[in-house]
Amino acid sequence: MSAKSSNIVLKTENLSIGYRKKKQEQIVTSGIDITINPGELVAVIGVNGAGKSTLLKTLSGIIQIIDGEVFISNNKLSKTEPDKLAKHISLVLTEQMLSKNLSVMELVALGRQPYTNWIGRLTKKDLKKIMHAIKLVNIEEIRNQKCHELSDGQFQKVLIARALAQDTSLIILDEPTTHLDLYHKAYVLKLLQKLSKETGKAIIFASHEINLALQLCDKLVILKDKKALFGTPAELIGTGALSDLFPKNLIQFDKNSSSFKIK
Amino acid sequence: MLNQRKYTAAIILLFLAVIITALFNISLGSVNIPIQEVTASLFGLKVEKDTWRYIILNYRLPKAITAIITGSGLAVSGLLMQTLFRNPLAGPYVLGLSSGASLGVALVFMGASVFGASFAAIMLSEWSLVIASSLGSLLVLFAVILASIRLRDTMAILIIGLMFASLTAAIVSVLAYFSPASQLQQYVFWSYGSLGDLSWDEVLILGLFWILGILITIGSIKHLNSLLLGEKYARSLGTNIKRNRFMIIIATSLLAGSITAFAGPIAFVGLAVPHLIRQVIPSANHITLVPAVIFGGAILMLICDIIAQMPGSEFSLPINAITSLIGAPVVIWLLVRKRKFNF
Repeated sequence: MSAKSSNIVLKTENLSIGYRKKKQEQIVTSGIDITINPGELVAVIGVNGAGKSTLLKTLSGIIQIIDGEVFISNNKLSKTEPDKLAKHISLVLTEQMLSKNLSVMELVALGRQPYTNWIGRLTKKDLKKIMHAIKLVNIEEIRNQKCHELSDGQFQKVLIARALAQDTSLIILDEPTTHLDLYHKAYVLKLLQKLSKETGKAIIFASHEINLALQLCDKLVILKDKKALFGTPAELIGTGALSDLFPKNLIQFDKNSSSFKIK
Repeated sequence: MLNQRKYTAAIILLFLAVIITALFNISLGSVNIPIQEVTASLFGLKVEKDTWRYIILNYRLPKAITAIITGSGLAVSGLLMQTLFRNPLAGPYVLGLSSGASLGVALVFMGASVFGASFAAIMLSEWSLVIASSLGSLLVLFAVILASIRLRDTMAILIIGLMFASLTAAIVSVLAYFSPASQLQQYVFWSYGSLGDLSWDEVLILGLFWILGILITIGSIKHLNSLLLGEKYARSLGTNIKRNRFMIIIATSLLAGSITAFAGPIAFVGLAVPHLIRQVIPSANHITLVPAVIFGGAILMLICDIIAQMPGSEFSLPINAITSLIGAPVVIWLLVRKRKFNF
C-alpha cells in the first residue's frame, strides 16, 4: 500500500445503503465508491429522499451497511467497536437534544468522552483540546453561556466545536445549514472549509445549499436515481451531472456561473 | 468550568443540610429530645434520660436513616429515568415498579377473598409484605428488561412500563372490588407509605440495595451525560447504549424496588427532587446533579417526615400525602419565580 493510500480517511467500496426490515432490504442507493483524503471538504447533495441522511448515517455506523464496505482510516467500519469508532468519527446531527441546559464549555467538553476515564474527568490535555476547538470556531465570548441562550447559528458553531474537540480524522455533518439564514449558511460552510484546511480533518456534510457547496467544496457526492456520482465540482459540471439533478421546468444549471438559476 | 466551583459549594451545603435536618428529624416527635442530647447519644456519650437513648437508637435513628435512603434513592431513580427517557415527567415508577409491588401486597391483603383462606395463611408472615412487593416489582422488572433487550427504541420501553403499570393496577382493582372493607383498609394503609416500621435488620438490607444502586449510578455518570445529547450522539461518543440502558434500569429497580418493598409506594419525591435541584443548581451535568439529587432527596424526605410526625402530638400523618403536600407547592413556586424551566 502506498503512503498516500494509507492516509485515506474514508473509502467506500461498492457500498449499498438503505434499510433492513426483518429480512427485507430496501436499497436507497447502491454502487457508491468515494474516497476522501485528509483536509478535504465534501458535500453530499441530492433531492429530498435521495438518501443523503441514509448515506451519512451509514458512514457513521448508526445504520448498518446493506452491501459493500466502508473503511475509516483503513479500518473496516463494520468491524469497529463504538468506543474505537468514537476516536475516528465525530458527528453533528440535526436531532434535538434532551437538554440544552449545559454551558458551551460543558457541551464542547463532552467531545472528549472517548478519551476520559470512567467518570469522565477532564485532564489538562483535554482542557487544552477543548479550548483549542472553541478558539478555532471563534466562540470564546460565549463559552460560559448556556446552550439554550444561543441563536441557531451560534449553537451550530458550538456543535462543530464539540466535534472538533473529539479529535477525529473525519467529521460528518447532517444538514448543518438548516434553520440558518443565508449569511449564516455561508458562514458555517466557509468555516467548515477553513477548518478542513487548517486542521487537515476530512469533513463530509449533507446540504441543500448546492450553489454554496459548488464554490467551497473539494468534492461532491451527487445522489440521484439510486446512484451516486462522485468527483470535483468541475468534473461533475463537465459530465452534466448537475444539469440533470432537478426537473428542468423551473430551475436550470448555468455552467457559466456554476449555479442554479430560475428559468 | 467557572460554575463548577459554585456547584461544588452548593453540594457541600446540601450535605451539611442533610446532617442538620437529620438531627432535627431525630430530635422532634411525640417526645421532643434536645439536639445536644441527640448528638450525645449518637456519639455514645452520656444522655440525660435512658428512655431518650432508647427512643433514639431503636426508633428515631432507623427511621431517619430510612428517610435518607428512601428520599435519596427515589430522587436518584427519578433523575435516571428522566435522563434515560428524555422526559421531564418520568419518575422512579414509570417502569411500573410500584404497581408491581402494589400487586404483590394486594395479593397478600386481599388474595384471601379471591383465592381462599389457605393462600392468605401462607402469605401472612413477618416478611410477607416485603417479599410480596419485591416479587411484584421483580415480575414487572423482568418483563421490562426482556423488552429492553429486545427493543432498540427506548421510548417503547417507557410505553411498555406504563402498560404494565396499568395492567397491574387493573388486577389490584379487581382484587379490591371483591375484598371486604377491613382487608381493603389494610391495603390502603400500606399504600400511604411508612418510614417508621423498619427494624435495624430491615434498614441494613435496604441500605445494601441502596449502596448497590448508587454505585451503579455513579458508574453511569459519564454515559448519562452523553445521553443528554440523544442516543445517536451518545453512540458516536462511544457509549454502548444497550448496556448502559440496562445498567440504568437495574440501578433504578434496585433503588425504587427495594424502597417500595420496605416503605411503600412513596410518590412524588422521585419526580420532584430532580426538578427542585435543577432550579437551584442550573446544570444538566450529572457529575453535579447526581450528588445534589441524592442530598436533596434525603433533605426533602427528612423534612416531610418531621411534618408527618406532627412534633409534640400523638398523631402522625401519612408520609405519602405529606411529600406531595410539601413538595408540589415548592416546585410550583420555584418554577413561577424563575419563570423558566431548566431541564
